[in-house]
Amino acid sequence: MVAALASGSRLVSPSAGTMQRDAAVWRTLARVPDPEIPVLSIVDLGIVRGVEWQGDELVVTVTPTYSGCPATELIMSDIGRALASAGFGRHRLEIRLSPAWTTDWIAADAQARLADYGIAPPGAKTAATTRPIDATALFRRDKGPSVPCPRCGSSHTRELSRFGSTPCKAQYRCDTCLEPFDYFKPH
Amino acid sequence: MASDRILFDYLLRLADSDLVLAQRLGEWVGHGPALEEDIALTNIGLDLLGQARLWFAHAGEVEARFTGTGRSEDALAFSRDSGEFRNLLLVEQPNGSYADTMARQFCFDVWHGLLLAGLAGSRDARIAEIAAKAQKEVAYHVERSADWVIRLGDGTVESHARMQAAIDDLWMYTGEMFEMDDTDRALADEQIGCDLSALAQPWRDAVDAVLTEATLSVPKTAFMQRGGRRGAHTEHLGHMLATMQWLPRSHPGAVW
Repeated sequence: MVAALASGSRLVSPSAGTMQRDAAVWRTLARVPDPEIPVLSIVDLGIVRGVEWQGDELVVTVTPTYSGCPATELIMSDIGRALASAGFGRHRLEIRLSPAWTTDWIAADAQARLADYGIAPPGAKTAATTRPIDATALFRRDKGPSVPCPRCGSSHTRELSRFGSTPCKAQYRCDTCLEPFDYFKPH
Repeated sequence: MASDRILFDYLLRLADSDLVLAQRLGEWVGHGPALEEDIALTNIGLDLLGQARLWFAHAGEVEARFTGTGRSEDALAFSRDSGEFRNLLLVEQPNGSYADTMARQFCFDVWHGLLLAGLAGSRDARIAEIAAKAQKEVAYHVERSADWVIRLGDGTVESHARMQAAIDDLWMYTGEMFEMDDTDRALADEQIGCDLSALAQPWRDAVDAVLTEATLSVPKTAFMQRGGRRGAHTEHLGHMLATMQWLPRSHPGAVW
């Protein structure tokens, strides 16, 4: 996964040394947890979009999740601290908005870890969210496929609230085991 | 070519409507009718605040091109008076009851979604990428506020009456969302801005469909109040800003 993501950075004919150095950066970033969902790292979350060296300066490009996510500033300072303590020297963080972050960037193994942690994973995105306003969709009672309970696997679940403890999650309840759970919304 | 001054003004309009509505939603903190609603309103407020920050940051960059020094996000949010705010009159209206808050949100959300879909194709790359990101968030907002209009409208006798009154009261503030002035025309001509008049029909179609489902009637009022986008506001904005701006104005440079 690290290699696949690293291919997104703009490397021109990387030498073996550069590749090793980049892999070390990715390994460091993969140890920075999301402050709200510690079972995921920021690399799992898909927000690290590129690692690049400009001369002796390391540039890490980050695409934030939700515009108003209060964790963004903390994540940025955590990245800076991790890079500094790993000894990467001069570094800079760049924010890139486009293409906008999507839960499709959360890798399959990370989705499985979310489920183990008790958060229903987003899965593959089913509905395009960047669509023009469709009046009929506004009062659609059928809100798409059911979200399986991460504890008992039952599909008899319902949404309690579109927003949960963080902007990226909704609150659900399982009607079989009666436990509430968080659902990481497809975005 | 439209000047940077015009573009700056346009970006303030986008930022201010988001900021003012975010502040209004923030006023619900600790007062929501249920915990889930309290959390939902504040999360939507956070989305709007995050979007406002992106617009303000871009506005500051554009301002620097013609003044040499662009103002910071905080300076734009906290150091302007009500006459310098460019937000829609709709979003500064007080929270009122939950029906008033949801009716205001619904009227705005439908327009906001349409506007962002238009701006996502802007020739200003920064506007396009902010709009594309925001549009994904607003898709959730509009589903939720439409749901509440239907639940309250098609609910009890009391909730129906309150939602109808809320829609009736706010209706006159919806007209200015589709008005085009020189700023809008200049930027729409260059495909930087959005043709607001073209949003009127899709907005009306969506609103009619939801109001019908909610057993509510579309107001017959033809009179529309205007002025927010050129700084002529209702009396409510000044009071809201007094609360919002008090701390940074009384203690300039204060940090958390």
